[in-house]
Amino acid sequence: MEMEEERADQSEAAEASADVNADANANAGGGDASPPAVELRRINKRFGAVQANRDIDLAVDRGSITGIIGENGAGKSTLVSILYGFYTADSGEIRIDGTPIRMAGSADAIEHGIGMVHQHFMLVPTMSVLENAMLGREGGPRLAEGERSTRARMAEVSAAYGLEIDPDALVGELPVGLQQRVEILKTLLRGARILILDEPTGVLTPQEADRLFEILEILKRDGVTILLITHKLREIMAATDAVYVMRRGEMVARRRTRETSQEELARLMVGRDVLFAVGGEPGEPGAPILAVESLGHADERGAPRLTDIRFELRSGEILGLAGVAGNGQSELLDVLSGIAPPQSGRIDFAGRTFTPASPANPSLLRDMGLAHIPEDRQQRGLVLPFTASESSILGYHAGAEAGGGIFLALAAIRERCGLLMERYDVRPPDPGLRCGGFSGGNQQKMVVARELSAAPKALLVGQPTRGVDIGAIEFIHSQLIEIRDAGCAILLVSVELDEIMSLSDRILVMNAGRIVGEAARGEADADRIGLMMAGVGEPAAAA
Amino acid sequence: MSSVPPLPRWADVGLLPIINLVIALLVSGLVVLAVGENPLRAIDIMLQGAFLYEGSLGYTLYYTTNFIFTGLAVSVAFHALLFNIGGEGQAYIGGLGAGLVCLALDAVLPGLVLIPLAIVAAAAFGAGWALAPAWLQAYRGSHVVITTIMFNFIAAGVMVSLLAGPLIKPGQSSPTSRRFSENAQIPDMQEILGAVGIEIARSPLNLSFVLAIAACVFVWLLIWHTRFGYAVRTLGHSPQAAAYAGIRIPRTIIAAMAVSGGLAGLMAVNEVLGVQHRLLLNFTAGYGFTGIAVSLMGRNHPIGIVLASLLFGALYQGGSELDLEFQTITRDMLLVIQGLIILFSGALAYMLNPPLARLIASLAHRPREAPA
Repeated sequence: MEMEEERADQSEAAEASADVNADANANAGGGDASPPAVELRRINKRFGAVQANRDIDLAVDRGSITGIIGENGAGKSTLVSILYGFYTADSGEIRIDGTPIRMAGSADAIEHGIGMVHQHFMLVPTMSVLENAMLGREGGPRLAEGERSTRARMAEVSAAYGLEIDPDALVGELPVGLQQRVEILKTLLRGARILILDEPTGVLTPQEADRLFEILEILKRDGVTILLITHKLREIMAATDAVYVMRRGEMVARRRTRETSQEELARLMVGRDVLFAVGGEPGEPGAPILAVESLGHADERGAPRLTDIRFELRSGEILGLAGVAGNGQSELLDVLSGIAPPQSGRIDFAGRTFTPASPANPSLLRDMGLAHIPEDRQQRGLVLPFTASESSILGYHAGAEAGGGIFLALAAIRERCGLLMERYDVRPPDPGLRCGGFSGGNQQKMVVARELSAAPKALLVGQPTRGVDIGAIEFIHSQLIEIRDAGCAILLVSVELDEIMSLSDRILVMNAGRIVGEAARGEADADRIGLMMAGVGEPAAAA
Repeated sequence: MSSVPPLPRWADVGLLPIINLVIALLVSGLVVLAVGENPLRAIDIMLQGAFLYEGSLGYTLYYTTNFIFTGLAVSVAFHALLFNIGGEGQAYIGGLGAGLVCLALDAVLPGLVLIPLAIVAAAAFGAGWALAPAWLQAYRGSHVVITTIMFNFIAAGVMVSLLAGPLIKPGQSSPTSRRFSENAQIPDMQEILGAVGIEIARSPLNLSFVLAIAACVFVWLLIWHTRFGYAVRTLGHSPQAAAYAGIRIPRTIIAAMAVSGGLAGLMAVNEVLGVQHRLLLNFTAGYGFTGIAVSLMGRNHPIGIVLASLLFGALYQGGSELDLEFQTITRDMLLVIQGLIILFSGALAYMLNPPLARLIASLAHRPREAPA
């Protein structure tokens, strides 16, 4: 993972754009006479002051898997939204199979055989797979006819591409991997020959992701053109034939996947060298501060979400909690932070014991030194319509930070917020700006600033770098390490296995509301943890 | 991902309400034109009738007082994202509180004790009437819109049965209480200003107006400068963030509704203690409902609410002049015009938000297109 560090950014960029041209020429001069399945020419799109896409050129060969990679905010989503007709480009041309087309809406895209699988699925959870597949193509006011033909078509398509699925299963009850399969099926039923997948693996286990890539491989063999949007380098390397790199709204490079490396792509994405392992020295764990004993929690309907959770968290260590999203990590954070009550078991924190009969609450726990960086910064960690200054006392509004009395010490809060923004590199450092106006990374830094500045004894962290650009990720990671070295106990929940593995001193794995495994730093390997995340105990049992 | 840029604050608070008002007046002008009258003359008479005729300003401010209380009531609940439609009933029951205190004690207590006591009773009864819907919302999830509407009807029923029964003035058939004695009556502005040598025309305007302004300051301090207000606004913007912050949501809902009901109850101070000096049916006359439009138009901020209240006060007072002046413009017609203003400023308040926002954004960005 060592890289040459002397290379200057600028020469890098120049080289990159030269590569784009060279590649385009190679394409034009190559023996393959057929035009690319999708071609974008000089696409420009501006939102207010932000140039989201600038002179984007893109050519995707028929029957290939092409990746688009870039940091958050690089303009990937805007670009595919233009291709799928959600946005109209300010200028530029879209060609499908060499023919320029007019794209006025997603109906046009569907008509030209483009299908899209969104990051957040567009499914009705209370309907069956069949009903979801029929949406928009019911075939008349009476459903019976459409149902029959859709069922037949579904069987055909499923068999052809290995997309086995029960048409009568309720979508809401399917695992995420299968829900995604429904989405893919839907696009194929509409006759899609060009498939766009936007961050398709964010919610999948590594094994589900592998299965997805197998399916994509089958589709590709059948001549379907696939455009894969992701920020995960490993997926690009594993699944694609060619890859485009976007940075700050521009297309900075095109590479053949087999001729490039993760390191090179990362450097192109960020525009400088990236350190993959931030963990550095391991922590020096001290006394246990948080102990959880046979903890259980059920949701409002009574379905168990946490079963028999037990672990110990020590001062000065980072305990990573790995797991596929939705396996109880969020509920565990809620219970530990006092937002939701436990239904069984006990939690010992800083010398006090909390049980279902005497539950904790967030204010009390905060007073006792438990800080919490929540998974959802926009709904929880910040109040978006509030100013940065107002959000800087969220959870601490009854404390000394806010004045400590009935009235808020507004001037002092503002001044303190200004200092925090300087110290935690929040840009722009203006306490009067509304939280909603900051970028994701800066919003997250505001939450981190607030929680770390409380000098907590223990810290709960949920998805600290979700939707955050690489620069901010490095900063947040180094802050976590710093506070760990100062003796804080950290429970780190993340669906990014890389993040867990590079930061944690110890790793717990969660599946279906239980802790299914533990690994110490150094002995953890991604495959084994991946299998545990999927609920598979032995590698031999893998599907 | 929304392609509509956010509207700058000055435009949201200042420009948009004015544009809405102008549209409402234009449409109203068409209505006036349709019945064969000159809209410009109608506006002229309305303005004169609201501000210039003798005593008219006093009437306008008297209506304004009512709207300030009910508008503030709606706004406080709205900051916690609760839609309190029950201002009408809370004001009605607030009046009952004030009335009961006066009827029971006006023979024994001096005004300086009795009136503050009656004011407190009005607020307490109003708050109390909001508690049941608040509790149901906080602990049972029954939607406060539905329950407060139902509580308006219950309030009306309670008042009819009380005024037709135990509270009726003996020996008469119309359902009103006896008149309070002099010491239970809030002094007129005319008297007060007369005492310091300023002569104004006679009107129902009384010291309650000062209480209304004080209530505005109170709400401003409460919502933007206290811990409680912070909790209320956090809850209103994001219940999830409130739970994360350890704000006790049920308690905050109940407290916000109590403050809201109390403010609505204070409206009765103006009507019952300031003007009618007795309990009677339907003294709330829809002010509680108009408070919703006032709060919407005033963007839930006390200053906006004062301005919107003044507008609606002028409309009420100036409107009655139109009724007198024109044969063809009847009372019903005025309701149409008031309805149009409520429609454009309240219900359709954000109709023009996207186009205005785009216009402002495009004007703002044009000059620095080149460097980008």
